[in-house]
Amino acid sequence: MMDVYVDIIPKILPGAIITIQLLVASSCLALVIAFIAGLGRVSRFAVVRSLTSVYVELFRGTSLLVQMFFIFFALPAFGFQFSPFLAGVTALGLNYGAYGSEIVRGAILAIPNGQTEASIALNMTRWQRMRLVILPQAIRMMLPGFGNTSIELLKGTSLVSLITLTDLTYKGLMVQNTNISYTFPVFIVLLIMYFVIALPLIFGVRKLEKNASKGVVKA
Amino acid sequence: MTWDWNFAIEVFPEIAGAIWLVIGITLGAYIVSLVFGLALTFARRSSFKPLALATYGFIEFVRSTPPLVQLFFVFFALPSIGISFDKYTAGILTLGIHYSTYLSEVYRSGIEAVPKGQWEAAKAMNFSKMQTWFKVILPQALPPVIPMMGNYLLVLFKETPILMAIGVGEFLQEAQLIGAANFKYLEPITIVGLLFLLLSYPSALLINKLEKRSKRGFRSTKKAVKEMNEFEELKG
Repeated sequence: MMDVYVDIIPKILPGAIITIQLLVASSCLALVIAFIAGLGRVSRFAVVRSLTSVYVELFRGTSLLVQMFFIFFALPAFGFQFSPFLAGVTALGLNYGAYGSEIVRGAILAIPNGQTEASIALNMTRWQRMRLVILPQAIRMMLPGFGNTSIELLKGTSLVSLITLTDLTYKGLMVQNTNISYTFPVFIVLLIMYFVIALPLIFGVRKLEKNASKGVVKA
Repeated sequence: MTWDWNFAIEVFPEIAGAIWLVIGITLGAYIVSLVFGLALTFARRSSFKPLALATYGFIEFVRSTPPLVQLFFVFFALPSIGISFDKYTAGILTLGIHYSTYLSEVYRSGIEAVPKGQWEAAKAMNFSKMQTWFKVILPQALPPVIPMMGNYLLVLFKETPILMAIGVGEFLQEAQLIGAANFKYLEPITIVGLLFLLLSYPSALLINKLEKRSKRGFRSTKKAVKEMNEFEELKG
C-alpha cells in the first residue's frame, strides 16, 4: 500500500517546485500591480482613476482561466508569444493584482480623515503624507487580505496545467495517465501537497489577523 | 493576422449557445453550496466536539486546495472506489462543495451578528432548537449577508470554465474547439471574455446596490437598539 505513494511522490515533486516558483513570481507581480492600481484608484486625477477602475473591473469580471487562455492562445495573433510559464505568471499577476488593488484601496480609505488633516496641518507634501502617515497604517490592515489572496493565488496556479506548464497538477495527470491503477492515490497526494504548500500561508494569515488591529487608531 | 469581424460574427452564436448550460451549472452548483454550506455551519457549531473539529478540518482543507484538482478527484478518482458521476454532476458537485465552505463562513458571520438576547428570548419562550434556528436566528442572520451570498454566486459563475478540463462544453471549451479547428484563437477567446463581462458586470452592480441598501437597513436597526436601550435606562 505504502509503496504506491513512495513511487508517486518523487515523480510529482518536480511539479511542486514549478508550482512554488509560480506562486512566488506571480505573488510579487500581483503585489506590485495591486499597489499601482490601488493607489491609482484613489488618485486625484480622474483619468488615472477611471483607467485603473477599467482594468480592475475587466480582470475581476472575467475568469482567470479565460485570461490565461487569452494571453497564451490569443495574444500570439498580435505577435506576442509567451512561454507557458510567463503566460501563467502574467495572467495570475494581473488577475490577483486586480483583487489586491481593492484591498489596497479599501485600507487607504479606511484610514481616518483626521490623519490626513493632521498631516496637512504639519505642512507635509502629498507624497510625504502618503508615505509617512497613510501607508504605514494602511499596510498593516492590508496584510490579512493579502494573505488570503495568496491562498487563492496558490489555488489558481493549478490552472496553468491547462496551458501545458508541467506544474504539480500536470505531473499528477501524467502519472495517472501512465498508470491507471494509481488514479486514486495520485489525486490524494496532489490534494495533500497543495494543502501542505498552503499551510504556512494559512497560519500566516491567522497570525496577521490577530496582529492587524493592535495599536491602530480607530475611526 | 488580427481581428476578423466576419469570423467573429460567424462563431459568436456557437459560443453563446452554451449560455443555458453555463447558467444551469452555475445555479445547480449554487444551490448545492447554499444547502451544504448551511449543513457545514450547523456541523461546525455542533456540541459534539469530534464532529465540529472534523467539519473545521474539512472546511480548511477544501478551501485551500485547488478546485481543479478536486474536480479531477471527483471525476477520475472516486469511480475507482465505486462512486461515479457523469461530467455535469461531477462539475456541479465539485464547484458546489468547494464554495459551500465559503458560504458556511458567510452564514457564520451572519449568525454571530445576531445579539445574544435573541437566543435567550427564544429559550425563555420555550422554543425548541428547530424553532429557535428557523423562526428566530436565521431570519435575522441571513438578510444582512445576502449581498455577500450574491458575490459568491458571481465568483462561482466565473469559476465554471475549469469544467472544460473534464470536457463540459461551456464557453471556453467551445471557443477552444473552434480555435483549434481554425487556428484562430483571438476571436473566440475574446468573445468568451466579453460574454463573462456582459453577464457578470450588471450583476455586480446590482449586488452593490443591494449592499448599500442592506447597510442602510443595518444602521437603522442599530439605531433602534440604541433607542431601546435609552428607553430601558430611563425606565430603570
